[in-house]
Amino acid sequence: MIDRRLLTNFDWKIFLLILLVAAVGIVNIHSASASYKIAGTPYAIKQLYWAAIGSGLIMLICSIDYHILEDVSYWFYGILLIFLLLVLAVGKTSMGATRWLNLGLFSIQPSEPMKIVIIIAFARYYTSNQNAGSLGFRDVWLPFLLLAFPALLIMKQPDLGTAVMVCLVAATITIAVGLSWRVVLSFLLTSIPAVYIAWHYILRGYQKNRILNFFNPERDPLKSGYHLIQSKIAVGSGGLTGKGLMHGTQAQLSFLPEQHTDFAFSVFAEEWGLVGSLFILLLYLALVLWGLHVASRCNDRFGTLLAVGVTAMIFWHIVINMGMVIGLFPVVGVPLPFFSYGGTSMITSMIGAGLLLNISMRRFMF
Amino acid sequence: MKGNRYIRGVQGLHRKIYLLSVAATVIFLILLSRLWFLQFIEGDKLREMSENNRLRFIPVAASRGALLDRNGKVLVNNTPSFSLAVIPNEVKDKEYLLDNLAQVLSIDRNELLSRWEKGKGRAKYFPLVLASGLTRDQVEFFEENSLRLPGLEIEVKPVREYPQGTLAAHMLGYIAEISEKEMATTDFADYNPGDYIGKNGIERSFEKYLHGDDGGRQIEVDARGRLLRTLSETFPVPGQSLQLTVDLELQKAAEKALGDSAASVVVLDVNSGEILAMASSSQFDPALFTSRMPPEQWQAYLDDKRRPLENKALKGQYPPGSTFKIITALAGLNEGLIDENTTVNCSGEYAVGNGKFHCWNRKGHGKVNLRSALRESCDVYFYMLGEKLGVDRIADYARRFGLGQPLGIGIEGEKSGFVPTAAWKEKKTGSRWYLGETLSVAIGQGYLLTTPVQLAAMTSGLATGSIYRPHLVKKILDRDGKTTKEFQPEVLKRIELKPEHLRLVREGLLAVVNDPGGTGASARLYEVKVAGKTGTSQVVKLQESKRAVAYQYRDHALFIAFAPYDKPEIAVAVVVEHGQHGGGAAAPVAGQVLRKYFELKGVVRKPGAALEAGDEETKEDGDKE
Repeated sequence: MIDRRLLTNFDWKIFLLILLVAAVGIVNIHSASASYKIAGTPYAIKQLYWAAIGSGLIMLICSIDYHILEDVSYWFYGILLIFLLLVLAVGKTSMGATRWLNLGLFSIQPSEPMKIVIIIAFARYYTSNQNAGSLGFRDVWLPFLLLAFPALLIMKQPDLGTAVMVCLVAATITIAVGLSWRVVLSFLLTSIPAVYIAWHYILRGYQKNRILNFFNPERDPLKSGYHLIQSKIAVGSGGLTGKGLMHGTQAQLSFLPEQHTDFAFSVFAEEWGLVGSLFILLLYLALVLWGLHVASRCNDRFGTLLAVGVTAMIFWHIVINMGMVIGLFPVVGVPLPFFSYGGTSMITSMIGAGLLLNISMRRFMF
Repeated sequence: MKGNRYIRGVQGLHRKIYLLSVAATVIFLILLSRLWFLQFIEGDKLREMSENNRLRFIPVAASRGALLDRNGKVLVNNTPSFSLAVIPNEVKDKEYLLDNLAQVLSIDRNELLSRWEKGKGRAKYFPLVLASGLTRDQVEFFEENSLRLPGLEIEVKPVREYPQGTLAAHMLGYIAEISEKEMATTDFADYNPGDYIGKNGIERSFEKYLHGDDGGRQIEVDARGRLLRTLSETFPVPGQSLQLTVDLELQKAAEKALGDSAASVVVLDVNSGEILAMASSSQFDPALFTSRMPPEQWQAYLDDKRRPLENKALKGQYPPGSTFKIITALAGLNEGLIDENTTVNCSGEYAVGNGKFHCWNRKGHGKVNLRSALRESCDVYFYMLGEKLGVDRIADYARRFGLGQPLGIGIEGEKSGFVPTAAWKEKKTGSRWYLGETLSVAIGQGYLLTTPVQLAAMTSGLATGSIYRPHLVKKILDRDGKTTKEFQPEVLKRIELKPEHLRLVREGLLAVVNDPGGTGASARLYEVKVAGKTGTSQVVKLQESKRAVAYQYRDHALFIAFAPYDKPEIAVAVVVEHGQHGGGAAAPVAGQVLRKYFELKGVVRKPGAALEAGDEETKEDGDKE
C-alpha cells in the first residue's frame, strides 16, 4: 500500500510537533521523578522507550490504509466489549479498581483501546447512516446504545476518567455530524435526573469526594482535597518564569500527588512558570487545530469523522487534565497526552496520532 | 474505489469543523487565563504557601538565668531535663514500640497510648512528648536502641531546679507554660506557644532579663515532614542571672521563725533599702508548677485558709494597729500639740460625745507621758492626741512615711495599702467624717491598711530619718558573671522632722522592748539594743470574750523593730495573721530574726537562751463602743 507518493505526503509537521511535546515531557518526567527512590530504569528513560515504540506504531499505522478500519470497526468494537465484560468477571483488581485483563502472555486494559475503537465505530455508523439534515431521535438511539454499553462497563470498573473521555469523544463526533435542536433540548432536560441518579446510585464515595472537594477544596485539606490544593500551589508558585528545572519545591519535596503521571503538568508549570505553560499550551493548540485541519481537508466522510474523533480525544485529554491540575475541574485520573508518564497513555495517543497522519497523507487518494 | 460515497455529505461536515476549531481555541484561552490568574495574579501568594509547605522553624529555648542570694549562693538554677518524644510517621511498629516503652519507662501502656492519641490532630511529623524527666539509664537505653525502635527522639530542655526547696518561693515566684492570654499581649510578642515564663514574683518581674533569647533552626522538610537540611540556625542566648539582696541564711531563719502559720516578715537594710529577707507562710512548692501539678495539690493550695500562694509581705494588707502610734506621736510632736512632758490621765476609757472609747487596759494606765504611753501602748493618750490632730493631719504624716502608696520595689502585684481622709470618706459614702473614726485611725485601726513591707519601710524611716526604696535585686549578671546592671540605693522619702522628735519616739520604742512593763520584751537581745513596737489589728470589732473566738475572727498580731538602737542597721516588720497579740505572736519572730542577723555578723556569738516570757504584759489595744 505504501509508495513513494504517500511518503512525500507524510505530515512531518504533526509528527515533529508530537515528538517535541514528548521530548519536553521526558525532561519533565526526569525532574518530577528526581525525588523518587526506585531501583531499575528511571521513568524518563522508560518514557523514552515508550515514545520510540509509539513512533514505530505511527509508521506501522501509516502503512495501512485507514479505509480498512471502516470494514472491521464493528468487529473491533464487539471484541473489546467482550473484553470489558471479561474484566468485570475475571479482571485483576488493584487499588480498588478492576481494569486489567490477563491474557496469559500479557495483560491489557481494554478501556484504553476503547477510546480509539469508539471513534472508529461512531465514524462508521455516521458514515453508513447518512441523512440530509441534522440528527433526530431516530438517528441517535443506536449510537447512544453503542456508547452506553462500554461507558457503563468502564464506569463500573471504576474508571471515571476513561468513561468520561469515551463519552466526550462520542459526543464531539455526534455534534460534528449535527444534532437537531429537539435532541439537544431533551438531552439537557434528561441530564438533570440523570445527574441525580448518577450521584446517588452510580458514583463511588471517593468519586463524590473528589467532586465535592473540587467545589470546596478546604473541605478536607489534608486528605482528598490535598491534591487539588497542592497542585494549585505548585502551578501558582511557579510565577512568571518558574523556579527552574529540578528546582520546583512542591515537586522535589513530594508535595504533589502522582507527579510524574497525572500531575506532570503541575511540575512543569512550577518549574517553568507562565512562560513554560504558555509554550506547552501553544504546542497543544497547534496540534488540535492541525488535527481539525486534517479533518476538514479530508475528502471522505469516514476519514473526516475519524480525524475529528482522534483530535477530540487528544483535545479532551488536554482540557480535562490541565483543568484538573489548575483547579478548573474535579480530580479525574486523565493523563496529558504525550506528556505524562505512562506506556498505555503514550501508545493510545500515538495510535491516535498515527490515524491522523494516515488520514492526512491519503488526502489525495482518489 | 468507492469515491462517490465518500465525497457525499462531507461539505456540511467541514463547516462544522471550522466551528469546532473556534470552540477549541476559546477553551484553550480559558485554560490560559486560568494559568495567568494562578501564576501571575496569585503567584506571590501561592509562592508563599509553597514556602510554608517546606520551611519549618524549630525553636530552641534559651536557658533561664539563675537567681543567687547576696553572697552568690544559688537559690534557683537550671538542670537539663530529658524527655522522650515520638514522631508518629517514622514509627514502624506502634504496638511493639508501646510494649517496649511501657516496660522501660514503667508507665502504664494505656496511659502512654492516651498521651499518643492526644496528638492525633497534629501533623504526623511533629514530635509528641510522651514522657519527661527521664533518668540517665533510660536515655542511654533509648539511644542504644534507636535502630530497633525507630521514631523516637530524646529532647533536652533546661528546667528550673530549686536546690533550696520551697525557700523564698513567694518572693522568687515560679515559672510555667505561657498561657494563650499572655501570648496575646505585646509583652510576649516574641514568645512561642509552649515557652516557659515567670508567672509571678521575681521570675515574672525580671522576665526580660532572665528569659534570654531563644534560638532556632530553619529547616526544609518534604511532604512527609522528613528533615532534608538545615537552612539556617541561630543559637540561643542564655538569660542573665540576678544577684538578689536576700541573705540565704537570714531568709531560712525568718521562715523557720514563721513556722506554718499564716504570717509574713520583712527584713530591710535601713541604710540602703535592700531587702535581706522576705518570707511569707505557709509555703508552696514552686517545682510543682514547672512539671505536672497534681490536681489535688492545686485544690489543696486553693482551699487552704492560710492562702499559701499569696506573698503576704507584699500583697497582704492589714490595719497597722498600735505600730501606727509612731506616726500619731510624731505628728503630735511636730505640730506642737505635745512634748515629752505632756501627760494624760488614763482611766481606761475616753469619752467622745455620747460614747466612750476604751483603752485596751480597762483598768487604766493612770498618768502617762509619751514614753510610757508608747511603752505600754496606752490608747487613751493617742485618743487625746488624735482628737487634737484630726484625721487629715494624721494622714499627711502617714504619707510622709510611705504609707498609702506602693513603694515601687520592682515586683509585680505590690499593694498600696490605704490612708483615709475626711474628703475621701465624704466622696465615697456621702456622709461626713466622725470624730470616733479619727480616734480609730490614731491607734492604727479603722480604714487604715498597710502591707508588711510598708511597715518595715516606715520603721526604717523612724530609725534613720530617711526611707530608701526597698528592693530585692542587687545586680544583674551576664553568663560570665560580669555585672551588667547594678541597682543603687535610692532615697524614697526624706523624713523632714526634727531629729529631737524622732529621738523621743525611738526612746519610747526602746522602752517597749527593754523596760519592765514594755509590750515587746520577746524581741529583746542582750548583746544589741533593739527598739520595737507591738500592734494588734482588729479583724472584727467588739470582742467581749477573747478566749473562744474562731480562728478567722481573731486579731492579727504585728511587730516592728529596728536595731541596733544607736546605729540602726536593719528594720523588721512581722505580721502574724490571727496571732492575737503582737507581743506574744509577732515579737518572738522578730527576736529570732534579729538574733540570726547579729549572729551572722558575729555580734551575737551563741544562740540565745530560752526567752524569759511572761514578765511583761502582752495584751494591749482597745475597742471602741
